[in-house]
Amino acid sequence: MNADQLIPLIFGRLTLEALPLHEPILVVTMSVVLLGGLALFGTLTYFKLWGYLWTEWFTTVDHKKIGIMYMILGLIMFVRGFADAIMMRLQQAMAFGGSEGYLNAHHYDQIFTAHGVIMIFFVAMPLVTGIMNYVVPLQIGARDVSFPFLNNFSFWMTTAGAIIVMASLFVGEFARTGWLAYPPLSGIGYSPGVGVDYYIWALQIAGVGTTLSGINLIATIVKMRAPGMGMMKMPVFTWTSLCTNVLIVASFPVLTAVLALLTLDRYVGTNFFTNDFGGNPMMYVNLIWIWGHPEVYILILPLFGVFSEIASTFSGKKLFGYTSMVYATVVITILSYLVWLHHFFTMGSGASVNSFFGITTMIISIPTGAKIFNWLFTMYRGRIRFELPMMWLVAFMLTFVIGGMTGVLLAVPPADFVLHNSLFLVAHFHNVIIGGVLFGLFAAINFWWPKAFGFKLDKKWGLISFWCWVPGFWLAFLPLYVLGLMGVTRRMRVFDDPSLQIWFVIAAIGAGVIALGIAAMFIQFAVSIINRDKLRDTTGDPWGGRTLEWATSSPPPAYNFAATPYVHDADAWWDMKKQGYQRPLNGYKAIHMPSNTGAGIIISGLCLVMGLALIWYIWWLAAISFIGVLAVSIGHTFNYKRDYYIPEDEVRATEEARTRALAGTEA
Amino acid sequence: MSADKNDHSPESHETDHLGHEGHNHGSFKSYMIGFVLSVILTAIPFALVMTGVLPTQATALIVMGFAVVQIVVHMIYFLHMNSKSEGGWIMLALIFTIIVVVIALSGSLWVMYHLNTNMMPMTHDMAQMGG
Amino acid sequence: MSATATEIDRTVFHLEEEPHHEEGSSTMLGFWLYLMSDCLIFAMLFAVFGVLGGNYAAGPGPKELFDLELVAINTAMLLFSSITYGFAMLAMDRNNQRQTLVWLAITGLFGLAFLGIELYEFAHLVHEGATPQRSAFLSAFFTLVGTHGLHVTFGIIWLVTLMVQVSMKGLIPANKRRLMCLSMFWHFLDVIWIGVFTFVYLLGMLR
Repeated sequence: MNADQLIPLIFGRLTLEALPLHEPILVVTMSVVLLGGLALFGTLTYFKLWGYLWTEWFTTVDHKKIGIMYMILGLIMFVRGFADAIMMRLQQAMAFGGSEGYLNAHHYDQIFTAHGVIMIFFVAMPLVTGIMNYVVPLQIGARDVSFPFLNNFSFWMTTAGAIIVMASLFVGEFARTGWLAYPPLSGIGYSPGVGVDYYIWALQIAGVGTTLSGINLIATIVKMRAPGMGMMKMPVFTWTSLCTNVLIVASFPVLTAVLALLTLDRYVGTNFFTNDFGGNPMMYVNLIWIWGHPEVYILILPLFGVFSEIASTFSGKKLFGYTSMVYATVVITILSYLVWLHHFFTMGSGASVNSFFGITTMIISIPTGAKIFNWLFTMYRGRIRFELPMMWLVAFMLTFVIGGMTGVLLAVPPADFVLHNSLFLVAHFHNVIIGGVLFGLFAAINFWWPKAFGFKLDKKWGLISFWCWVPGFWLAFLPLYVLGLMGVTRRMRVFDDPSLQIWFVIAAIGAGVIALGIAAMFIQFAVSIINRDKLRDTTGDPWGGRTLEWATSSPPPAYNFAATPYVHDADAWWDMKKQGYQRPLNGYKAIHMPSNTGAGIIISGLCLVMGLALIWYIWWLAAISFIGVLAVSIGHTFNYKRDYYIPEDEVRATEEARTRALAGTEA
Repeated sequence: MSADKNDHSPESHETDHLGHEGHNHGSFKSYMIGFVLSVILTAIPFALVMTGVLPTQATALIVMGFAVVQIVVHMIYFLHMNSKSEGGWIMLALIFTIIVVVIALSGSLWVMYHLNTNMMPMTHDMAQMGG
Repeated sequence: MSATATEIDRTVFHLEEEPHHEEGSSTMLGFWLYLMSDCLIFAMLFAVFGVLGGNYAAGPGPKELFDLELVAINTAMLLFSSITYGFAMLAMDRNNQRQTLVWLAITGLFGLAFLGIELYEFAHLVHEGATPQRSAFLSAFFTLVGTHGLHVTFGIIWLVTLMVQVSMKGLIPANKRRLMCLSMFWHFLDVIWIGVFTFVYLLGMLR
């Protein structure tokens, strides 16, 4: 066998041409990332931090650390996703009067695809998962989640997916199909390259992580609640987390199945979504939106829970209408399965089908409306403190409601026939995602950061970020509503009508203001870390919190609670404070904890290799890594000793340190 | 989730999620009942289709009905489904899954039927559309 | 936990005895939830079969391809494997390690028989030109039935692993939990098969 035959056997379809050395933007990006990466790795090696990272973070099964790692992943990917956004805004502002802009179609199409995929799967999902992971066990008075190892594994699978997406930037290319990769465009005929395969494997691998984490959190909330905490005494954030994870478990399998069928079409030549041999591409659209609609509720429901906690805490008042909040959340969960067709009214299912789904879509806005009123009534006659979380809540209510209303407008099929796939649609979903999910995440970060790290975030830089984000968002997206109503289609690279340009320029300026807001947020983090001693909170309860996470120290000890609390009422911690609760100062016992493990990162690493091998048709490597995944997974099950005890002395020492810290605060 | 709130009084529910709930393991008798029922519920549909003694429509309905019954038999006698395991959460999860499956299956069939009627490349006259 | 809610004083915030979650207390619920997610994957494959199952693309259809006698034998293999797994569970309840292993082995053999027959059927279809690529109907058929077969395969690998682990460590609580999870998995696969032989094979012959 000569070299010509051997090389494809070893490297599949991977060749040196896969490196995009002819694209200057990418060369610059690659260089920056390479240099930055080397600097980071160099620093870690120089300070001998790898051992620390491995034992304390990479192999941890502590839900708090895993939550923090999810947040870090989400924030890093946010920078990438936003860079894509800025590039699009620039291109669209420039490409008038015969100018082609600075991005060719080949590149531009990858950017809008990557922007959507990254923002949904590798920013919003990890950030939301991170918050639920960190907060829920604390809120229910538990020591960890039901399946700590699976938790670690889920995180690393998500990270593997993110790495695959990032790899597409430097080796090969990404999909050019839009974030949902509709066939036949995403089929092997029209997209024979590696792009769609990068998309598929990134999502499938991350999807396994997400589904498992969904199972984990449902089991946790059902089984690990503190004694006395009946379902109707759970914090509202825990309720929304429960419903979110139910949605995850009951929708991600659909995505898994659909992508698997697309994969079969591409790799094996089946005819599910082809134009011939009996295939039906419309079935893909149908199935993917059966997943897609619950997905957007997965994104927003946790943040609804966050806002409930924040509304009550910063109004100094019990949440108005706890029961109706719970019912509204459950109703939204169930109704989210009855609206999916509104994403493709125009595909041609006809008046009867469209009417049914149009009506259900309008109905689903009602429970959300009920929630808005409940938050307002919570604030009414409360002692409102305009800390950053409360400010984000107000911004959310004003922004999200308008986005929701444009959604109801789109729910009317005849209106949607005009506005489908226009910039009006793009403005609508950014309105609800940024106004709802992103503002909620900023609120959550400012709210729970002191709990996780023991010091508050700098308020000044938080205000700067806020006042850049909110006007910036409106500057960036109001023009898109206007353009959409004028008939402009989404995902356009070049425009003929010069009268449209001014709107795109305003939108680009808005994006610039948002960029300042994002920069201000990272500066806020840095400044806060530098000034952490001045911002220190030793009480563990800097906001006058109402739920159990505020009963612990900041940060909480590994075991969360030395003695599991007994719950009498919703707003358990508020109740404890009112009743004059005193922390037990003796009677400490050894605490049973799960052990760290490297199996999660190793198995995920093997899945990463397998995914890349499948993308590049390196079959031998795919087979070996698959067998590796099986072998390590099975091997892991032979390890029965997965726990240890924190000795009583250590518990006592930790608790006594806390007692001293609290005494120092009161003095 | 809403079913749970109505079914459980606060007192009984508050600590039961902590306790070990005995899992129903079945008995030789129940496994044999399940097995015999399953054999019957399998043999008859196969026989009906292979011999064709009944008209197609009737056969199809009987076959589908027997499948549903056999699934229930499996759930009860092999999977030991009951409304008490894990405080009712097993049953709740099953019911929710069935609801989602029914919606997704029937919804997909309905939607795709309409899409195919309106959109698939066939020579049909326009009067057929708008269904 | 023995404490009754109504009798705990409003000012008491810790129970006398620290509540203890038994190891593995979440396992059954967690595994059941996973099974529900797996059920959804199969439901989607059934949906695809329902929508595309009539698209023969001028190629062979069920009547030309399906051998109901073979399918009946196959169904019997799986059903027998379900009952033998049940007997394994009964032996496990009686803490009889040897009998448990024997019944597990027999279950595995029935499972292998099922797979063998199915692979034979697939090979025959491919030989006749009825490949997964031939039409959407065949793509859907091979994927639905094949996914079920893949699950059975993984079940058998899991079964063998568990047999090794039970031999090594005996019927300890952790192994019992695992056997119960595999039990749920195995019976669930038989439930899915009921759907398959009904909607794919039997109704296919009636179309």
